[in-house]
Amino acid sequence: MKSNLKVFLKGIIDVSPLMIPVVPFGLIFGVLAIDVGFTPIETMAMSLIIFGGASQIVLLQLFSGGASSLVIISSVGAVNSRHLLYGAVVSEHLSDLKLIWKIIISYFLIDQAFAISNEYLKKNKDHNRYFHLVGGGATCWVIWQSTTFLGIILGSAIPEKLGLSFAVPLTFLALLVNDFRKFINVIVIIISGLVATLGYNYIPFKAYVIVAALAGLFTAMILTRKNKKA
Amino acid sequence: MSNWALILYCGLITYLTRFSMIALIKKEMFNDRIREILSFVPSAIFPAIIFPAIFINDIGLIEIDDNPKILAAIIAMFIGIFSRSIIATIFSGLASYWFLIFVV
Repeated sequence: MKSNLKVFLKGIIDVSPLMIPVVPFGLIFGVLAIDVGFTPIETMAMSLIIFGGASQIVLLQLFSGGASSLVIISSVGAVNSRHLLYGAVVSEHLSDLKLIWKIIISYFLIDQAFAISNEYLKKNKDHNRYFHLVGGGATCWVIWQSTTFLGIILGSAIPEKLGLSFAVPLTFLALLVNDFRKFINVIVIIISGLVATLGYNYIPFKAYVIVAALAGLFTAMILTRKNKKA
Repeated sequence: MSNWALILYCGLITYLTRFSMIALIKKEMFNDRIREILSFVPSAIFPAIIFPAIFINDIGLIEIDDNPKILAAIIAMFIGIFSRSIIATIFSGLASYWFLIFVV
């Protein structure tokens, strides 16, 4: 069995390539949060407390659009519902752990660390294999906090003309690159996008994110059902 | 609600989705059908952020003509489909956008 430290370091090494896009993402978050009207301390607290890129950007987007707190919180919940999907996969590897470890690991469980460690957990049966997940998560934590901090500082130095806020839709677009190749996913993407855009001014309480997501999921339900019958 | 309360609640709900996945959810709770539907969550939710950010302008109206973001996003999408690279997608989109607003 490898030492805890070795497994932890392996996690750091494995997750590193996935950290490259996290750098501009963190910077953009820091810049935008200040731009939208949060104080530097609130912005830093968001990265420390929430520690989730998609959640934090959705928060900013809806906050700047004047959405109510309830809508913002439920939209953040909806964005995070993808984590539930991982539950079926990862929980079996962590089921013997003490509750305190589950509490700690949950904080570090982000998309990138999950993607990398899931592979490792499948191949290794050592009792300390979860240190891999902690290593990957901790790496991302350091990068996310430091780039948020840099974004806060650089914020005023970056000219508004650059239109850096455009990097937000681009970042989410980039997370979908593999889905553009699948027919049903493309239909779901179009339906959700159209509902959100056309409903932007008409769906009350800025709940367009939730309504569009539900419309997309409903479409997926219908299309996958038909697919099976055929 | 104050900004601080908002941040705390958003943090709480984010943490709970992660914690529930590790501590509460048992494999048997998800049948294949639910898993299949959940796999569409990113495709269903991210466009709700992407599309308005591209098509809706600062004053809240849909803008199609004279909107460089549309072409830049399409270029980024194709680069993404062919490269399958997150970083190439983001940078090609930003580069095209800057080219369109500053050069063209």
